[in-house]
Amino acid sequence: MEINCETIEHLADLSNFSVSTEESKALEKDLGEILKYISQLEAVDVEGVEPTYQVFEMENVWREDEILPQEALREDLLALTKEQKDNQIKVPKVL
Amino acid sequence: MRTANKNVSAVRLVEDALKKAKEFADYNIFTYLNEKGALEKAREIDEKIAKGEEVGRLAGVPYALKDNFLSPEGETTASAHILQGFESPITATAVAKLEKEGAIMIGRTNLDAFAHGSSTENSYFGPTLNAYDKERVAGGSSGGSAVAVALDIVEFATGTDTGGSIRQPASFNGVYGLKPTYGCISRYGVVAMASSTDCIGFFTKSTEDMNLLMEVASGKDSKDLTTLDDYYNNIEEKEAKKVGIIKEFDNDSVDPEIREALKNKCELLRSKGYEIIELEMPALKYALAAYYIIVPAEVASNLSRYDGVRYGFRSEDSKDLNKLYANTRSEGYMPENKRRIMIGNFVLSSGFYDAYFLKAAKVRTLIVKEYEKAFESCDFLLTPVAPNPAFKLGEKVNDPVAMYLEDLMSVSLNLAGVPGLAIPAGKTKAGLPIGLQLVGPRRSDKNLIEFANVLKEDA
Repeated sequence: MEINCETIEHLADLSNFSVSTEESKALEKDLGEILKYISQLEAVDVEGVEPTYQVFEMENVWREDEILPQEALREDLLALTKEQKDNQIKVPKVL
Repeated sequence: MRTANKNVSAVRLVEDALKKAKEFADYNIFTYLNEKGALEKAREIDEKIAKGEEVGRLAGVPYALKDNFLSPEGETTASAHILQGFESPITATAVAKLEKEGAIMIGRTNLDAFAHGSSTENSYFGPTLNAYDKERVAGGSSGGSAVAVALDIVEFATGTDTGGSIRQPASFNGVYGLKPTYGCISRYGVVAMASSTDCIGFFTKSTEDMNLLMEVASGKDSKDLTTLDDYYNNIEEKEAKKVGIIKEFDNDSVDPEIREALKNKCELLRSKGYEIIELEMPALKYALAAYYIIVPAEVASNLSRYDGVRYGFRSEDSKDLNKLYANTRSEGYMPENKRRIMIGNFVLSSGFYDAYFLKAAKVRTLIVKEYEKAFESCDFLLTPVAPNPAFKLGEKVNDPVAMYLEDLMSVSLNLAGVPGLAIPAGKTKAGLPIGLQLVGPRRSDKNLIEFANVLKEDA
């Protein structure tokens, strides 16, 4: 797999980044080297091996469906945003 | 550690710590000094002591908090521009537990932004300097915390360890650093990096302090469903007899002085009647590559939440919402954050998932099994923490793969969920600290800390 400027553009899009031409060149080189390093897994034989996604002895944890007191108040949370109006977060136009 | 009492006031302990923090300002350890808040808390504790009221086990003990733990004191930024201005309305469970016992946070410490890095050079606030050589890195990502303890500013500091972020800076600065068993300490209120490997831990100057902090901070938390039951204090004591050395971690890629330190500790163990066995763990060679697939994948997911809308930094003058997201994220992240997010999205993307992410998850199984097998033939493993002592500032910062190689011997523990304790193991001829790590099976944290006493220089 080769990393080129189209790959960078695609990955920037997936990652929600706007990338300048200069940044794109640096990323091409860096991501290319990282990819080369991680590609060494090609050499490992994992025939018949199940994947591990987590190392916690996972079980479902059940609780009553009830409303518990929350540490943060609505006003506290809304106060964190840059712009609010009528108890709602204000952002630039969507469409 | 020194706690406040009738003779030594909490105010005095806090004032001393704050004074030292200012004296060492050029090391760039702190992102925030909690002067007012810390002194207020100290006064409260002193009043309780004067009245003869109950104070906790950490009464008046000044500590440093890695800046990725949420608490209302100061901004929680994870040393990232994108979180600047974020004053948390909630408190991390680990912080709440420490403060309930009377510990006092005197400052928030510098880290590689979002804990992405092994030198603290990827911080938006610039690098933290090594406690023993100002031209060298502190290690990372918990560099500020390690140096705060090494310079004796505080009694202990908190850290997070996703692939070595506690153990490597501990070893670079000559202090103890513990990454506990996965799920031992609640991660509620800690900025998430990679959820399947993130662990909370501590930096201390002694094994006794480490044990005390673990007693206080560990345990089940209803706010973090990946916390294990309260096993830490109930673990059966087991007398260790055999210590394993991993062949794959004792070769020319490791600095000769670190290999020598390992050899010396093995001799010490033999002289005390322990058996040293050499183990082959071939899958560990692939741990770093698997780690740098799995972790970026989880990073890409966890860091997708930062968009400038609800909290933190927001890019100005974006003409629509999509531009706002993209501009905020482009201006708010450090280059290493971007690399990890993009690699993560690459290994998860259609057409590459099987070859990268799924393959890495299978290699992870091999690593888990290899540790299980190793602990059938020995009680603990002893290995280097990193291939080298602290390196020069700027030496690796523009070479991501060289920086990743720093984590060669630390990441496999996170993939397997087993605990590791970095212990001081002497110094190089140039005077730089050397660290080794003791590794145990899952839930062996307490015995691991206890066993570290056997390895003390004067023990």
